[in-house]
Amino acid sequence: MNKYRGRPDAVRSLFQDTEVHRDVYIDPELFELEMEHLYANTWVYVGHASQVPNKGDYYTTTVGTQPVVMVRHTDGSVKVLYNRCPHKGTKVAGEVCGNTGKFFRCPYHAWTFKTDGSLLSVPLKKGYDDAAFESFEASRGMAPVPGVHVYREFVFCRLNEEGVSFEAFFGESLTTIDNMVDRSPEGRLEVAGGVLRYLHHCNWKMLVENQTDTCHPMVAHESSAGTAVRVWKEAPEGTPKPMAVELYAPFVNSYEFFEGMGIRVWDHGHGHTGVADSIHAAYSPAPGYWEQMVAAYGEERARNILGDVRHNTVYFPNIMVKGPIQTLRRFLPIAADKTLVESWTFRLVGAPDLLLERTLMYNRLVNAPTSVVGHDDLEMYERAQEGLHSRGRDWVNVARLYDPAERGQINVATNGTNEWQMRNQFRAWVRYMTASMKEERT
Amino acid sequence: MKSFSDKQLVEFVYAEARMLDERRFDDWLNLFMDDAHYWMPLGANHTDPLLQTSLMYEDKLLLRVRIERLAGARTFSQQPRSRSHHLLQAPGVETSDRDAGRYTLRTAFHYIETRLDVQTLYAGWATHELVAVDSALRIALKRIDLVNADAAFGSINLFM
Repeated sequence: MNKYRGRPDAVRSLFQDTEVHRDVYIDPELFELEMEHLYANTWVYVGHASQVPNKGDYYTTTVGTQPVVMVRHTDGSVKVLYNRCPHKGTKVAGEVCGNTGKFFRCPYHAWTFKTDGSLLSVPLKKGYDDAAFESFEASRGMAPVPGVHVYREFVFCRLNEEGVSFEAFFGESLTTIDNMVDRSPEGRLEVAGGVLRYLHHCNWKMLVENQTDTCHPMVAHESSAGTAVRVWKEAPEGTPKPMAVELYAPFVNSYEFFEGMGIRVWDHGHGHTGVADSIHAAYSPAPGYWEQMVAAYGEERARNILGDVRHNTVYFPNIMVKGPIQTLRRFLPIAADKTLVESWTFRLVGAPDLLLERTLMYNRLVNAPTSVVGHDDLEMYERAQEGLHSRGRDWVNVARLYDPAERGQINVATNGTNEWQMRNQFRAWVRYMTASMKEERT
Repeated sequence: MKSFSDKQLVEFVYAEARMLDERRFDDWLNLFMDDAHYWMPLGANHTDPLLQTSLMYEDKLLLRVRIERLAGARTFSQQPRSRSHHLLQAPGVETSDRDAGRYTLRTAFHYIETRLDVQTLYAGWATHELVAVDSALRIALKRIDLVNADAAFGSINLFM
């Protein structure tokens, strides 16, 4: 008998206000259910429209474990299609990115499809009876993902036909994307630099939780950021502080700093650290940038945009955005114990190159497979992934600063070390795991 | 200025790799000029380490941080330690300006990093830009181009 499939009550029982059952991280059946339900009921980030600027440009990726292709259609809109030939199942688009022209052509039997997925032509079509062919699923072409929403060039999709609307799902949380885009004097971002890809042998949710875990940096990153600060102190007096030290040092700020930084919790599992202050607040100014921003927005608005220094914004289920340093991380689930982390970077169009330089430095110092900060974190995730197989304890604790009255509250700012955002994610996890799950009678 | 024969240049590259495999990191770092960099670009055609993404683009300060971190009591990702093994093809001298004391060598390599029971093989090419300083060779730039630099990797803990 299945432990969780067809048993929504069993799934609900995995989260108990302040505790999460270990199966949530290690059970392959739950992972399959996440792919079928959680990743189909929620709005999942696919890519950025600047990756497909011209008609026919495409980018292949996954939503959950579903292979998809994001493509600029001939009418200029962005489509997301399942990357699967309706004929024999072959993935139609093979490269990570490219231009397919006016249509996709399957490399196996040369069936062709318009860039909205509809069937264009089939070689030697006389081999099929016309009326019968129309009745085949294959005649409908490559399946489009039913829900696609582009918000300020960020492309999200919902795999299920029915469900929560984009606006209701993200609500106020979109202000983080707004802030990142508004930091461009032209109000525009472009994917730039190149994506870092780091394979993790742990469950994807550990990474999502870590984004708002403000009690680990001073401990886990003592080895990297702490060493950087120590080595820097040995430099001769008067040496200008290098950008790398400016980026590393705040990781080992005190508990009090992270408490004061604050955390804000939104509905549907979204939330962010860095309400009043953040580790990104004290970077040196880039010459000329402030003047550009004032020219574009006026002084007051420019000050508001640059004064909003949100640290990590979790867009449930599986991305994190840093507005002040223009990065977006995707935590791509592969298996219960395997996650691919992609760290993307953006150019603020019209802003000084120094800002992109800093963004790329941050990305390689913190998010690369060669990053010592990344090494600190991954070691902890992988130890947890192994440790959770222990039957000595069943639960993971997320109770810090728990208040029973928090349930149902949204758009609330609180102490930066509160684990409310983790609990918020698990409430959303239960909700979207069970939203489309039918009780099976046994 | 002392001029170096091809054989001496090649031996420098072998000796440098051996220092890494023998964990003589302080000696290794001393090979680098004060303004030197260790660079692992994300693409073989990359030319700009600042505005294109790299796996590593580190000056001596950041390399020093790495080396000191490896010895740290709370560096849990190196408990137990990683070990490395370089297998080098014969380095080729690509450019050699004996008057200016500047040399470039290119070396195909297989590099193995191992920790606990996992052993990972990486393959690529190392480019050494060397400078004669007094009577010794120093590194101005060590560039590592992995054959699959844009692939998804697990942690790469040591130096190639």
